[in-house]
Amino acid sequence: MNARVKLVDRQAGIVSREIYVSEELYQKERERVFGKAWLYIGHESQIPDSGDFILSRMGEESVIMTRARTGEVQVMLNSCRHRGMRVCRYDEGHTEKFYCPYHGWSYNLDGSLAHVTEYEREYKEQGFDHSQWGLIKAKVAVVRGTVWATWDPDGDFDSYLGGARQLLELSFVGWDGEGAVEVVGSTQKWQIPSNWKIVAENFAGDMLHVVSHRSVDIVGIGPNTESGRRDASHTAQYVQAGYAEGHASVVGFYNDTDPRRDYSASKITAEYFQDCYAKRKRVLGDQALISPAVGTIFPNMSFHGNQPRTILVAHPVSVDKTEMWRQYFVDRDAPREVKDFLRKYYLRYSGPAGLTEQDDMENWNYATNASKGFMARQFPYNYAAGIGNETTTNRLPGATVEVNGQGELHGRSMYGKWAEFMGEADHV
Amino acid sequence: MSDIAKNSADLQGKTIGGLPIDRLAHLILIREIEDFLYTEMDVLDNREFERWLEFFSDDLRYWMPMRKNLAFRDHHHDITGPDDAAWIDDDKNILTKRVKQILTGIHWAEEPLSRVSHIITNVRIDRSITALAEGEEVEVKSGFLVHRNRLETETDFLAGRRIDILRRSGDSFLIAKRTIVIDQSVLLAKNLTFFF
Repeated sequence: MNARVKLVDRQAGIVSREIYVSEELYQKERERVFGKAWLYIGHESQIPDSGDFILSRMGEESVIMTRARTGEVQVMLNSCRHRGMRVCRYDEGHTEKFYCPYHGWSYNLDGSLAHVTEYEREYKEQGFDHSQWGLIKAKVAVVRGTVWATWDPDGDFDSYLGGARQLLELSFVGWDGEGAVEVVGSTQKWQIPSNWKIVAENFAGDMLHVVSHRSVDIVGIGPNTESGRRDASHTAQYVQAGYAEGHASVVGFYNDTDPRRDYSASKITAEYFQDCYAKRKRVLGDQALISPAVGTIFPNMSFHGNQPRTILVAHPVSVDKTEMWRQYFVDRDAPREVKDFLRKYYLRYSGPAGLTEQDDMENWNYATNASKGFMARQFPYNYAAGIGNETTTNRLPGATVEVNGQGELHGRSMYGKWAEFMGEADHV
Repeated sequence: MSDIAKNSADLQGKTIGGLPIDRLAHLILIREIEDFLYTEMDVLDNREFERWLEFFSDDLRYWMPMRKNLAFRDHHHDITGPDDAAWIDDDKNILTKRVKQILTGIHWAEEPLSRVSHIITNVRIDRSITALAEGEEVEVKSGFLVHRNRLETETDFLAGRRIDILRRSGDSFLIAKRTIVIDQSVLLAKNLTFFF
């Protein structure tokens, strides 16, 4: 790779293929992006009680998310300080301590070192300091139950999110505008032969890939009349929102006078939604008319705020392999019938068996593969759609907005920030 | 009612060559079920997808739960439950849509079509069952090995078990419920565009 090549030209909407296929750049990403950025870890509903834990990832590395005795959520590296063994190999559970199966060191729920094997005979006299040998802890922040962490001790989540906090607030509050959401049980995890950025970029707001989903739109899996893949009974203006912080989203602005007929295939679900929507308007006012359809919080947490309501994290495994983690969300206090209806809709939409997501992955995998070659990697990708159409709106503070909703502001936002993280900003 | 079912009551306690007739009836029933399951997979591997749908009842649940890594004390629960997320949780309507999606010819994840072979084995039913009356159901366990090769070099191998609820329908059966359990927690296949 030639270091003088401009990897990202944000103004022209040109991005080098090297950033998707270069092993050298991938190694830098591990440190400069995943070692510094705020990363999505999981949802508080996965660990309701003190002692509950789940395994998650930060980049390639395994981390444990626990709820400590104090009730605080903790995130720590899943690697024993003594000789590196994973101290937890269960996807989820409940425990008092984490015991290393190699030499028996153990750790408390907050990551502090609890026990060292042969402490009395081999460590005590020399003044071994337990406090220096706890699990490596990440800095943690929580928004609407979504748990985030960074290895950067100076990381400030508010400034990291910028205006995109609004998207998370609107997406992960209950439909009624104030209730809590919960994860539908377990997380789907599967590996695909794609660079992680192609996944994150797609969900950041790629509105031009309609052709990918033509087949599911023909057969129809929507939760309303089973035409298309989402409800289409309301009119909304969809815009692209891009943030200087690297986040991007497609956001719908609903017409207040338009009746909502969401989820009408199920009477119970439709009524629940109607009740919640009326309350949402009372609680949130004009904000209730703003609906983040899909988006990505830089670098790799992608979400759908509405249909389906889900989070997808594109965890890097290697330069050309990504581990997909997908979770689905329902209102915690919704009737069981509503939860079941949504669960089935989500599963037919997304995941490795989702009628929509299957076709996305085919594109990402073969785009990665077809960009590796000696010739192919010399020619950049084009993200020029909609350049010149950017404006702003007071409905999305902090965002640059593309009002036609069909541009590539999402890619320009994401890769502009990526270049800054990578120390390539002077080439931008 | 099948001939076997009609006759089995008359033959209770009788033997042929020292073999109890109800035992023979059980073996014949298993053979009939195996033949049904093998034929089903032939139809599927021959890509006769619409004909394959006819093997299922209209009240079908086609369910593929996920697996988790849990502590030994919880290992009996390492298959996700009926209200949990899953790989697939379809009724007949959605399974039919999966087939229709392939038939559009623009379902890019299956265009061009994958090459798939199913090996079905270890077919078992409860030993005491000798016959099924019309509409009567039996739980059938089987093992599978599914090989999928696609485009040039993409290959997936998935091994696992199925639990089917088979319902007697005339001189054949309908599958009323299929549960598919694979031996992976992180799915190593890039997608599940093929069937089990």
